[in-house]
Amino acid sequence: MTFSTMLSTMADGMLKTGAIFFLTLIGSLPLGMIVALLRKSRFTLVRGIISVYISIMRGTPLMLQLLVWYFGPYYLFGMNIGNWRFPALIVGFVLNYAAYFAEIYRGGIESIPVGQYEAAEVLGYTKTQTFMRIILPQVMKIIMPSITNEVITLVKDTSLAFTLAYQEVFSLAKQISASQTSFMPFVIAGVFYFVANYVVEIAMNRIEKSMDYYK
Amino acid sequence: MIIEMNNIEKHFEGLEVLKDISFGVDSGEVVSIIGPSGSGKSTLLRCATFLEKIDGGEIIYMGQKAAHTDEQGNAVYVPHHEMGKFRGYCGLVFQQFNLFPHYSILKNITDAPIHVQGRSRDEAEATAMELLGKMGIADKADAYPYQLSGGQQQRVAIARALAMKPEILFFDEPTSALDPELTGEVLKVIRQLAEEKMTMVVVTHEMPFAKAVSNRVLFMDGGVIVEQGDPREVFENPKEERTRQFLRVFEQ
Ligand SMILES: Nc1ncnc2c1ncn2[C@@H]1O[C@H](COP(=O)(O)OP(=O)(O)OP(=O)(O)O)[C@@H](O)[C@H]1O
Ligand SMILES: [Mg+2]
Repeated sequence: MTFSTMLSTMADGMLKTGAIFFLTLIGSLPLGMIVALLRKSRFTLVRGIISVYISIMRGTPLMLQLLVWYFGPYYLFGMNIGNWRFPALIVGFVLNYAAYFAEIYRGGIESIPVGQYEAAEVLGYTKTQTFMRIILPQVMKIIMPSITNEVITLVKDTSLAFTLAYQEVFSLAKQISASQTSFMPFVIAGVFYFVANYVVEIAMNRIEKSMDYYK
Repeated sequence: MIIEMNNIEKHFEGLEVLKDISFGVDSGEVVSIIGPSGSGKSTLLRCATFLEKIDGGEIIYMGQKAAHTDEQGNAVYVPHHEMGKFRGYCGLVFQQFNLFPHYSILKNITDAPIHVQGRSRDEAEATAMELLGKMGIADKADAYPYQLSGGQQQRVAIARALAMKPEILFFDEPTSALDPELTGEVLKVIRQLAEEKMTMVVVTHEMPFAKAVSNRVLFMDGGVIVEQGDPREVFENPKEERTRQFLRVFEQ
């Protein structure tokens, strides 16, 4: 296998890695906010469920969670899991990352001084307006460095998809390396992750900079 | 009467903070509230501006009941959708300014008029610029709060409250968070508003200011109004022993 065929075979894996990455972010960033808000719900039951959910997501390996999401439906309900590989991956990633993001959001929300809420209340802002216009923008600025950390971790975590034999970059690298007895696929995969994270860092830096106009 | 608060009761977990307090403010009146720490001054202002719920009594703005006590002795507020009207009657200036750090000075002042009251942007900005001019900080419209001194921030906070065109403005120790050399500029603005007959209630420890600017002084201690009246009377000739004690401690 020439270097260029190797590269083009792996390019497909890179797209799949990208798909996991973006779908996870699109799902978990908003879901994390919902989880963070539900965690402060006035219903004890809701708060309890959310807190158990976050504990499980953070207290067990993501790899194990992925296996459970993939094989669970078969063992529990005898479901045919033929087309379930990719959805199981995304569900696993989204629910796991949402838990981490929820904790980051919660920390951010709790760090906003109560005076901000009171000033908004006296001015007559509704609860939704207060959150969307006053609180959330400030939370975003505070939590952006933590979000960057998580996003960088996610780039690397996408490789856990190999547990479900999903053909993203890392799985492909392993396969091609074994079949071709070559070390090159790992080098390509390594460069790919490195470059991807470099891009993430630049993008996140831009976002952080764009919020630098106030203190 | 702009506001009437009758027989107000408020407690926090068993601690009685306001005990049967009654007071009213007429249009154009400037009332100063003085009193020792913990006497309930802030709580009274927070009840008047609906940041805290009263446990008993009634709150009346412009002759309309915002809250009253029912037969069972529970304080009942008007339904949620009517609260906006009452919130619009009053403004509050905080000790800590509480400006929105992510908004420019101009936006701090125009955001609520536009998004809460539905005024047009042009109108809101014109009002804001006029107020900033009055506060002597028109050149700061595009700055952000962190770029301003405490005295300037507090003047922005006053402008933000005034932009809502409230009937009455409450101040909770507006100069207590400021360095002594900055209190003057904020007090000057409040004095100017008093001359323009803005109705105001000011909790303050600035006795000379209270004496010079207010039409009435109210001395609170232990959750009750111990004494009230003409500032010269209260300061120079207090009737109650507790007022005398408090003023004496203050003069030292
Ligand atoms: N949210 C709260 N929960 C419990 N107790 C409170 C709360 N707010 C105020 N208190 C108590 O109520 C009493 C009156 O407080 P308040 O802040 O109204 O006093 P104040 O006259 O404004 O004092 P200061 O001059 O120190 O500002 C105090 O004993 C205070 O500890
Ligand atoms: Mg106070």
